[in-house]
Amino acid sequence: MTDRDLAPSFIEDVSALPTHAFSHRSLTWWGIMAFMVIEGSFFALAIAAYFFLMAQEQQWAPGPWQPPGLVAGTLFTLVMLLSEIPNSMIKKAAENYDVATARQLLPVMTAIGLLLLVIRGFEFNSLHVLWYESAYGSIIWALLFLHTTHIVTDWGDTVVLWRLMKTPHGKDPRRLVDTEENALYWRFVWLAWLPIYVLIYWVPRLFH
Amino acid sequence: MRRGGAWLTFLLTGCNGYQNAMGGDGAEGANFIQLFSVFMVVCTIMYVIVAAALLFALWRRRSAALVVEDRKHHQTSALVRPALFAWTALIGAGLVALTIASFFTDRSNAAEGSKPQLILTVTANQWWWDVEYNLPDVSRTVRTANEIHLPVGIPAEVTLKSNDVIHSFWIPNLAGKQDLIPGRQTDAQLLPRKIGLYRGQCAEFCGTQHAQMALDVTVESKEDFLRWYAAQLKPAVAPANPQQHAGYRYFTTRECASCHNISGTPASGQVAPDLTHFASRRSLAAGALPMNRGNVYGWVADPQSLKPGSRMPTVGLKADELHSLVAYLETLK
Amino acid sequence: MTPAERAKQPPADVARDGPKLTGAKLDKRLAATWSNPPGFLGWLSSVDHKDIGRRYIVTALAFLALAGTLAIVMRLQLSKPDNDLVGAARYNEIFTMHGTTMMFLFAVPVMQGMQIYLTPLMLGTRANAFPRLNAFSYWTYLAGGCLLWVAFLLNIGPDIGWFAYPPLSGPQYGVGKRTDIWAQMVTFTEVAALAAAVSLTATILKQRAPGMSLGRMPIFIWATLVTSLMVIFSMPSVALASGMLLSDRLVGTHFYNPAEQGDALLWQHLFWFFGHPEVYIIFLPATGFVSEIVATFSRRSIVHYPIVVMALVATGILAFGLWVHHMFATGLPRIGYSFYTAASMAVSIPTGLQIFCWIATLWEGRPRFQVPLLYVIGFIFTFVIGGLTGVIIAAVPLDLQLHDTYFIVAHFHYVLIGGAVFPLLGAITYWFPKATGRLMSEALGKTSFWMIFLGFQLAFFPMHIAGINGMPRRVYTYPAGMGLELPNLLSSLGSAVVAVAVLLFVLNLVMSARGGRAAPANPWGGASLEWATSSPPPKYNFLHIPIVNSLAPLWDAGEKMAVVHGLRIDDRELLLTTVVSAKADVREPSAEPSLWPFIATIALTVMFVCSIFSPWALAIGIVPVAIALLAWFWPKSPEPEREPVIS
Repeated sequence: MTDRDLAPSFIEDVSALPTHAFSHRSLTWWGIMAFMVIEGSFFALAIAAYFFLMAQEQQWAPGPWQPPGLVAGTLFTLVMLLSEIPNSMIKKAAENYDVATARQLLPVMTAIGLLLLVIRGFEFNSLHVLWYESAYGSIIWALLFLHTTHIVTDWGDTVVLWRLMKTPHGKDPRRLVDTEENALYWRFVWLAWLPIYVLIYWVPRLFH
Repeated sequence: MRRGGAWLTFLLTGCNGYQNAMGGDGAEGANFIQLFSVFMVVCTIMYVIVAAALLFALWRRRSAALVVEDRKHHQTSALVRPALFAWTALIGAGLVALTIASFFTDRSNAAEGSKPQLILTVTANQWWWDVEYNLPDVSRTVRTANEIHLPVGIPAEVTLKSNDVIHSFWIPNLAGKQDLIPGRQTDAQLLPRKIGLYRGQCAEFCGTQHAQMALDVTVESKEDFLRWYAAQLKPAVAPANPQQHAGYRYFTTRECASCHNISGTPASGQVAPDLTHFASRRSLAAGALPMNRGNVYGWVADPQSLKPGSRMPTVGLKADELHSLVAYLETLK
Repeated sequence: MTPAERAKQPPADVARDGPKLTGAKLDKRLAATWSNPPGFLGWLSSVDHKDIGRRYIVTALAFLALAGTLAIVMRLQLSKPDNDLVGAARYNEIFTMHGTTMMFLFAVPVMQGMQIYLTPLMLGTRANAFPRLNAFSYWTYLAGGCLLWVAFLLNIGPDIGWFAYPPLSGPQYGVGKRTDIWAQMVTFTEVAALAAAVSLTATILKQRAPGMSLGRMPIFIWATLVTSLMVIFSMPSVALASGMLLSDRLVGTHFYNPAEQGDALLWQHLFWFFGHPEVYIIFLPATGFVSEIVATFSRRSIVHYPIVVMALVATGILAFGLWVHHMFATGLPRIGYSFYTAASMAVSIPTGLQIFCWIATLWEGRPRFQVPLLYVIGFIFTFVIGGLTGVIIAAVPLDLQLHDTYFIVAHFHYVLIGGAVFPLLGAITYWFPKATGRLMSEALGKTSFWMIFLGFQLAFFPMHIAGINGMPRRVYTYPAGMGLELPNLLSSLGSAVVAVAVLLFVLNLVMSARGGRAAPANPWGGASLEWATSSPPPKYNFLHIPIVNSLAPLWDAGEKMAVVHGLRIDDRELLLTTVVSAKADVREPSAEPSLWPFIATIALTVMFVCSIFSPWALAIGIVPVAIALLAWFWPKSPEPEREPVIS
């Protein structure tokens, strides 16, 4: 029996269904979700490695130790948290088919991303330990590096979306779905940062 | 139950008595045989049930099969659900029983090892074993390599360390294995119950010559052990004739002394096996070769061809140097 | 009209399938829409899941042959004591390549390949989700495999075991680039596996035929969903571990260096956190094959479907709680070990339930003893032995004797070959007619089955004895007089039988592909949707998307096949349905063939291979990768094209 041998019985007409949808009705949303789980697992395991290495040591961080400078890291955290404001505005604009607002705010997110990368550079500089000095140095550089790759890739995505939205592609509602999902991913990027911030800047201070 | 290993021995065509998990010559080794037998009985029963059920399912007469040809392919007979519960309960009960048996064996092993009377430290290297007997009186420490002597019936604790990569300390006749991990200290408890000669082998892949990293184990009476220990405490035998002297001179002034130690001589290298009582051992090169004159010649002349990759270089000795070295080494009983 | 409203209006003059456009006319239009461009570039740019699935399977079988050849060399060396056929260093490379190839380049890819091929067909849809990502995943897998094997043939292959424990694999003792190549191959294959898993998960959740609620999915689809989620949660662990190893070796970090507060056991935890779920990632799809074959060849649905599904999910979850049982000899606290013993024993319960359901199905049905069912029977007899030795080594006092001996080698070959390869061979025989339109030779199939089943027992059963007799693993030779001669000789003889059997199987594949008996759409009388389309399926899979209202659509179909209509036919379009109850929801465009996935893999390969030599390669190499990804994702045209309607 093939679908040619069995005569088709046309039960349901799907021609009126939309060609795009937001949130869990969108196929790419599931792709983004899956990537967030993958990267979240990466972070969770790196955090577990941090605790594992910490548990092996009498003293964490091992001496002689200079605490990582708080200014760059805390500034970074503040800017990340504040960036959620334009981010949420973009997300809502996309869901409301408000192309104009999205077009205005995407360059803002791009600028914020660039600012964050600059601050991140200062963060690396103010850790006061190098990756090859000890396992402590290695793991905090690893955590910071992993998170930086996320900032870079989401910033890249945002730049591309910004240019894309300025073209006629911007009117395609599927691009608005992309915009909404990129905003969702940005939330993951700053949420993942919060525990890492604590582990790098505060936990060693607590144990000294 | 301990000699219930005999039924397994029937399967083990030509098994050996010296590096064998069914040897049961130590407390932990004996516990292994007992627990293994319990597991084998339970597992065999489960296997027979599954195999029988499968065979019966395949070959029964099926006039009343519930199949798609009769439009009954979604139906299930009434007996299936209770059978499922029974099967689940059986598996659950079996696993609980086995877990409890395992737990009790663990406890027994821990109890038997809880009060050691003899402490050793074994440090693993690529590809040899550094063995040290630790006594409160440091002047009575004995250091040897690639061999362990143990007094029967006396619990011993072995502190395990590694100088390079991960190795594993395994004397199957006596006990299970423990890894030696650089940067960590683990320990093994040995309570030998039967006098005999056994063999241990490294059981964690540690590089090129992992396969040739074995250990001679001698379990003997307390008197014999103390006699051996006393002999080990003595410094090396002095060379008695000119050839042995030549060997002694070569050893202590040329390459050998930079790695090997012979107590009572200037040779005090720490990175290779201690050779003070080398000739009293049953094997050389960590169990790779039996101890005999031919093998000593072969090893000293060209270790790289016998154990390629090992850390002892092939030096290119001249014939007379070789003869005198071997003559000297043979005196180190 | 607001943009929102406009977006929701269907263009009025576009061709759609339906009562006016069906049969041969529709076939021609759909075939044109879903075909690949011609020539070699067309072949490179294919995003058809059937092409990608076939490529995965053929490539994986090639790696199986390579790794199997290495196994024969190992068995020749071990056939007698103190043998000098292969020296120590070379042997260590060979067993490393054998294990690494089997685990990373054969076992997982072949299962994913089968999943990629079968999933859209079983779900009643035209393509996978993210077809280009799927294509990328294949090319990346191939690149990783080539990296490893080219290195081996150039004599810079890895020699540290498939599990690469530091410090042996670290910068101090693992000299040269061998280990770096191994670690980077892991990166390639892990990226590939993750990409495939993401595609499969999204396909299963969103692209099922209308009416195929979660409770009506074929069991193989459940197995695919569970394994894909397991890949997503576990592969990052090995990627992180190997990344840290590369970093220790290349830029001087100290993750695994005890001298600078690192820890060799960190590697073991991260590796086995991946490594244990990995074996279930290999095993669970095989249980999916078994369920499908048992149902078809018993002529009835699997007994207690919900139990089988729960067993799959439970196994998938439990598999993450077992990993420390690989570390029982490392001296961790014994109290912690008890938990892992209990969990390792408990994981056999769901599998025991699946076995019950399979046997009950055979019992209630009317078994047909054709080759696929023979492999299932061989699987049950063999895998259960491996499962039971698994219960044995779950007990710490037993494992401490048996760990790292040939007993373990026996155990895992029983569960991997018995538990995964036998079902795989049955599955290939079962779905071969669907994929090629020809049946495999039943006579040759039965011969290779019996040879491989009996040869396997001869090869691997004696290894239990060798392990108990004191033979450790990963040894290039063993001394005479230990009673190891006979078990090793038997194993070597058995391995020769297995090798011939595999050759016969491959011969059967090749001969049948050319001249096998023609196969109808449903040669075995199966119940699931893949049997509703022709053999081989057309490029577009189904003329019309079917509607499903039972677990066994083809067995419960009336005289007509309920279908949906109204999808575009001159652009690639498929139907998204809701996650739980599969109600038709969105019409989704599907990606056209594209060279960018292939180009992206080339760029990624250059970046990863160069980064073995310098970390700057990551910073520089990311640029071509980014460009390739940009070209890949840049959308094609802003307005959907309008097609004239055919009257």
